[in-house]
Amino acid sequence: MSLLEARNVGKRYGPVVALESASLSVDAGEVHALLGANGAGKSTLVKILTGVIQRDGGTVELRGEPVRVSSPSRAARIGLAPVFQDPALVPDLTVAQNIRLTAVDVDAVRQRLREMDVDVDFTEQAGDVPLPLLRMIDLARAMARDPQLLLLDEITAALPSDLAERVFAVMEDWRRRGRSVLFITHRLAEVIAMCDRATVLRDGRDVGTLVPREIGERQIVEYMLGPEAATAEAHAAEVDETPLKGAAAAEAAATTLEVTDLRVGSLAGVSFSLRAGEILGVAALEGQGQNDLFAVLAGDRRAEGGEMSVTGKSLRPRHPYDAIRSGLVLVPADRLLALLPQRSVRENIAAPRYNRLGRWGPINPREERRRVASAIEALQIDTRAQRQVRRLSGGNQQKVTIARWLASGFQTLLCFDPTRGIDVGTKRQIYALLRRLADDGAAILFFSSELSEFPLVCDRVLTLFGGRITGELAGEGADEASLLRAMHGLVEEVAS
Amino acid sequence: MSTAAAGVAARVRPNPARLARRHGWTVGVYVLLLVLLLYWQTIPANWGSFDVQSLAIDALPLAFAAMAQSVVIISGGIDLSVGSLISLINVLSAKYMIDMSFRNALLFGLLLLVGSAAAGAFTGTLIVLSRVPDIVVTLAMLFVWAGLALEILQIPGGGAPQSYLQLGTGHWWSPWIPSGLMILLLAFAIFWLPLRWARPGLALYSVGSNRNAAYLSGVGVARTRIFAYALGGLFAGLAGLALSATSGIGDPNAGQYYTLNSVAAAVLGGVALVGGVGGLIGPIAAAFVVTLVKTILILKGVDQNWAQVIQGTLIIVVVMIGGLAIRQRART
Amino acid sequence: MSAGTPQVATPAARLRAAQRVLSDNPAIALTFVFVALFVVTDIVNRAQSGKAFLTPTQVSTTFLYAAPLALLAAGQTLVMLTGGVDLSVATTATTAAFVSSGTAHDHGTGYALLLALAFGFGIGLVNGIGVAIFRVNPLIMTLGISSVTLGALTIYSQTRFVALVPNIVNTLGSSRFFKYVPYDLLVWAPIAALIILGLRFSGFGRMIFAVGDNPVACRLAGVRVWQVLLLVYALCGAFSAVAGILLVGFNDAADLGIAAPFLLPSVAAVVIGGTSILGGSGGYGGTILGALILTVLDSLLTILNASQALKQILYGAIILALAWLYARTSSGD
Repeated sequence: MSLLEARNVGKRYGPVVALESASLSVDAGEVHALLGANGAGKSTLVKILTGVIQRDGGTVELRGEPVRVSSPSRAARIGLAPVFQDPALVPDLTVAQNIRLTAVDVDAVRQRLREMDVDVDFTEQAGDVPLPLLRMIDLARAMARDPQLLLLDEITAALPSDLAERVFAVMEDWRRRGRSVLFITHRLAEVIAMCDRATVLRDGRDVGTLVPREIGERQIVEYMLGPEAATAEAHAAEVDETPLKGAAAAEAAATTLEVTDLRVGSLAGVSFSLRAGEILGVAALEGQGQNDLFAVLAGDRRAEGGEMSVTGKSLRPRHPYDAIRSGLVLVPADRLLALLPQRSVRENIAAPRYNRLGRWGPINPREERRRVASAIEALQIDTRAQRQVRRLSGGNQQKVTIARWLASGFQTLLCFDPTRGIDVGTKRQIYALLRRLADDGAAILFFSSELSEFPLVCDRVLTLFGGRITGELAGEGADEASLLRAMHGLVEEVAS
Repeated sequence: MSTAAAGVAARVRPNPARLARRHGWTVGVYVLLLVLLLYWQTIPANWGSFDVQSLAIDALPLAFAAMAQSVVIISGGIDLSVGSLISLINVLSAKYMIDMSFRNALLFGLLLLVGSAAAGAFTGTLIVLSRVPDIVVTLAMLFVWAGLALEILQIPGGGAPQSYLQLGTGHWWSPWIPSGLMILLLAFAIFWLPLRWARPGLALYSVGSNRNAAYLSGVGVARTRIFAYALGGLFAGLAGLALSATSGIGDPNAGQYYTLNSVAAAVLGGVALVGGVGGLIGPIAAAFVVTLVKTILILKGVDQNWAQVIQGTLIIVVVMIGGLAIRQRART
Repeated sequence: MSAGTPQVATPAARLRAAQRVLSDNPAIALTFVFVALFVVTDIVNRAQSGKAFLTPTQVSTTFLYAAPLALLAAGQTLVMLTGGVDLSVATTATTAAFVSSGTAHDHGTGYALLLALAFGFGIGLVNGIGVAIFRVNPLIMTLGISSVTLGALTIYSQTRFVALVPNIVNTLGSSRFFKYVPYDLLVWAPIAALIILGLRFSGFGRMIFAVGDNPVACRLAGVRVWQVLLLVYALCGAFSAVAGILLVGFNDAADLGIAAPFLLPSVAAVVIGGTSILGGSGGYGGTILGALILTVLDSLLTILNASQALKQILYGAIILALAWLYARTSSGD
């Protein structure tokens, strides 16, 4: 008998349909995946099931009994415990206070964390605890309530693989005890490895429930995108070779970024060079210094030691402005860091053009429109909701963050996990775009938390461990196994 | 990205540093207060219990106003209407208490406190229902309460029974223990301490710190925010009553002073304007600091208006240094 | 949220459509409110005194009265677009009033006006330094500066005797040409045009919106946020000074309370005009209408013999009601 049965659940915000009509059935003792492209309605469904928002239509039954989940605390009481991508911990309270706030036994949480072999100081303020650990605490807190159903919303996104392993162990354990897990992820490998069944959502409807192990990645993607879209996307990625007029990269084919013995924060002396026309990958577990590396290159943080130079000219950025002047531009993982949510697509894309006093005068509208239009075209941005960027889907928002740099010109693109939380179709477009930019002479530094992306995207991959470079692999050879070994510092240093 | 990195760095920091970071500001304010107190008692020729009394009288309404503002700021809001609510309670009490017996005056004061808390709850409810930013709603309420105060009493006047005035200006046991100070401590002990570490208090902080996380943790966000404004209203009511007890009259414009100074005392007392950080102990001390600065200046023979200029400048400079300190911390 | 009765389907849809129009084009709705308010005032005035209010003279007077408020609200608009608020605009205007009337006799009118503007710009710059460089909360910084300035002005006004307002200033602030055109329009209109066009078609205008919308994103896009804020606050001070000069021209003498009654209306005008108090969206066009609406409303209340107290309460209610309406329309989609 099914534990949770949701039928034709829908949610709309004014004219915007977040979830058309979705059904979902989770059995007792199964790990069930919820799949779908961005905007398919996965998060909306989970929020409805856990009382964060209220459904407009449909029914939800728990063990055959209709239930009304009116709030998160009500959900917890009837045995539905969610863990969201953004941990539900209050930053200014200590970990212990956070747990008391939810009326969960502190010792039970401590016990769970010990079982997962995660070490946490409970007197620490939650805001000072690194994100991956916060997620583990959130998970332990959810489990301490001993729920019938754990709902894990993209919990493994940007989680280092060692912690992700522990999450999988928890899921396994939960299944053994006859409890259930609803698991949302963009990583299909995890789905195939972990999940008994999967329900796929597309455009706010459920389009099928399948057994992932049997049907394989390729077909799951087809389900997610719809048969026509899937081929169309693949086609677009292969065929679209329009040259990028916007990129200033072409003129600077010989550009090189040279980094020597760079030290900052947890980065303990890193040297590498990046050639024009090359995509260089950086693979690392969480917290190995990659944040600092990108922050320094983008001018968001000052280096504590070492040298950087661009085309032979020494660079010591004190502000992102200095880095941008030298052609180094950043595409951050968190789109909220890069976008002006209330402004239009056009203003967002044009924004970096006006970042210096000399450009504060009158705008040249024709020039602006031309550059913005060519960037939009290059990225195939869906501009139907262009009046305010916050109304765009996540994938389109990420495209806007890249389009800004196409419109203003750059030499080196620093992509920090640019595909985080983005659907498969858009991911492919972004891979293709990065390749085209490189072919046009741009240099690209690429970090991703998804190892499978490296062979698809990169010419070379560096692995970072403990703030040092521990390996260098050729792009094609950068399969997950060899990357993982190098990322854990298991390979002797390769000459770099 | 840099915040994540800062988080990692903070984790390995030893405990004393963390304690200093959490409580350093409050301790600093008390040290500042102590220094000012020590300096202050050297100025008048025969400094004595009378000076202590008058300091308590001057600082009492501001201390309550700072508490009112702090509670609201901690919950993630800001209350620009604190000052005019103080005026309203002030004129109401002064207008009607004047011919009352002590007992009736006290009962009426209690009634006003309930009304003031209700007024705060009303503001909070408006904010929650309308989803308009706190600053706009409380700005609007500033007009409303000030208008009502003006309607009730056009010009300063009214009064209170002598025995009631004693509450603000008298002393308990010894002339060195001003009754106002004791009432302040009592109010703190009754209305705040039981909350601070209990679930309602945690809820208050959680709502100010991260509203979404608080909601997901099962906190009644709307309820908590309204509660914060109600508690703020209660403290504002106490400030209004304290103002009548210490000044002896009602003045529809008296509250203006408290709009800025309550915020200043809260910030100086370690309450971060982003919410979720701080307590009431710091702001109480800060209210005394702010008052003492002016007292010292006037004792030193500085003109009243110059004292205002210097006091304002000092507040700005202190807050600027605070801002700089936060920047430095963010950078390292 | 609103407990609607069952049969409201069509009116509700119509209301939603109306709200959409309002949220997309607040200027249309605001113009309508302005005209409607004028008509109401006219009706009330006829009923009360038998005289019309909807006359060219009264329209002209409304614009004459609205100019200082609209100029205070101009700076306020820019500041609020960046997500701040400036509560020192009234004392800055008062400073300019004192400076322009106090120095004109000894140093000439031109010098006095420039000095007044410089004072405004300077006070704004100090605000900007606090907010932009030291990261002080704008509310505190500007309230603090306001209290400091007021103290200084009190001292100044006690040591100086009332000075004469130069004729030009007097004319600018209170007279009209062609019978109906207030001279202060000559000051207000160019500034308004500059702000409206500048916000739309200049890089600086774009940066004002951007900084208000997401300062972190601005930094990562290479914008030195402090530069934008510094200039915005300084400009706000300068516009406030212009308002102060018009006010002293109108009142014919500077006094400490000359601009104080305009402080909260300056915020109200911006809010009515549809600029988000959190920054990032809005504009000056709405603010102008907001200032005009508030001015007519003031006339209406005066005709109705409303007490100062009642006026204040009404202002409060209006700010609240409109902010509520805007919040509803923007969350509707």
